[in-house]
Amino acid sequence: MKKNTVLGLEVPCGPNGVSVITVLQAIQGYYGYLPEEALEKAARELKVPLIDFYSVATFYKNFRLAPQGRREVVTCTGTACHVRGSEKITEEISRTLGVDIGSTTEDGEYSLKCVNCVGACALAPLVIVDGRYYGQMTSLKVRRLFSDNPTKTEQTVSSGLSE
Amino acid sequence: MINLTMDGLKISVEPGATLLDVARFYGANIPTLCYDEALSPYGACRLCLVEIGEPGKSRLVSSCTYPAREKLNVRTNTVRVMQTRKMIIELYLATCPSSKTIQDLASKYGVTGVRFSPKNEECILCGLCVRMCEEQMQAKAIGFVDRGVNRRISTAFDRKSEQCRLCGACMYICPVCQARCQGPSEESTLCNACLNLSPPCLENNDHTLCYMDPCAACELKKKTNQ
Repeated sequence: MKKNTVLGLEVPCGPNGVSVITVLQAIQGYYGYLPEEALEKAARELKVPLIDFYSVATFYKNFRLAPQGRREVVTCTGTACHVRGSEKITEEISRTLGVDIGSTTEDGEYSLKCVNCVGACALAPLVIVDGRYYGQMTSLKVRRLFSDNPTKTEQTVSSGLSE
Repeated sequence: MINLTMDGLKISVEPGATLLDVARFYGANIPTLCYDEALSPYGACRLCLVEIGEPGKSRLVSSCTYPAREKLNVRTNTVRVMQTRKMIIELYLATCPSSKTIQDLASKYGVTGVRFSPKNEECILCGLCVRMCEEQMQAKAIGFVDRGVNRRISTAFDRKSEQCRLCGACMYICPVCQARCQGPSEESTLCNACLNLSPPCLENNDHTLCYMDPCAACELKKKTNQ
């Protein structure tokens, strides 16, 4: 396959030149997210309007415009988890860590996101921290989980489940 | 030349024409919100829909994007078309109750009530401004951002774009950012004033033609005199 370079990064090139998505993937692959400056530079280099990059980057869930935290907190908001109060759990996490849904804490430690179902409905409501599954969560357990002494967290379910 | 039937009329048109072009050329009245002659068709507003195919197997398509084809049977004013169109207008009214363009459409098509809660949004996502900016102004400063219910029109990173020359074409072409009609009851979603006003000049003079636009002008004048 023909290769082209954008910002010094190798980008696969189709018959009509490079596509917006492959450029964004290359940038995200290098930086871990899509920095504003990199998008501006790439837009200038390829003589493409910046809004083309921004539209695609905001359309696909896969692209991130802000850096990801070192630890990823995922709450399940699927039907079973919702019925058992995942909304309150998410609120509690958001309050404890001081982070909004879909964003990262200021110190870059945690990022919080919601997914619709991870297929572990028996453990509802479910919180996943860095691939480790914590089932039947309550507000208290959330506070313990993110306190300085996380060893006390009882009834954790290790990630035997596929991610 | 392509031969097709439109509202029972056998007509032949140039290849490449869309059904909307044909319908407008032959005088069929089709409303649009996202169509402009100078811009590429987009098919977003769905107001221009027409029924194609034989009865029983017919379907609704947006005429602004559907090319004229050989032996096509097009109907522009069936009950199905009108009902769907009224529904779409009602939904638009709930989205943008303050737009004069949409209020006028509602009046014209007899949409006298809105069964949905008004949203008071500033945009119907017709994409006219995006296409205007790209195709006519050659700038492409604005575009669609985000997806689903969060979809909106903005510049990249929501700040002033380098490409934007502040030409104002996006606002010029926008169908919903006009000031609303200052009818008798401004507060309600749909005042229907234009429907309910009877021109008073007709009572006095049977055979005169009124050139006042809007005709309500004399009615309002009468009110202020009282």
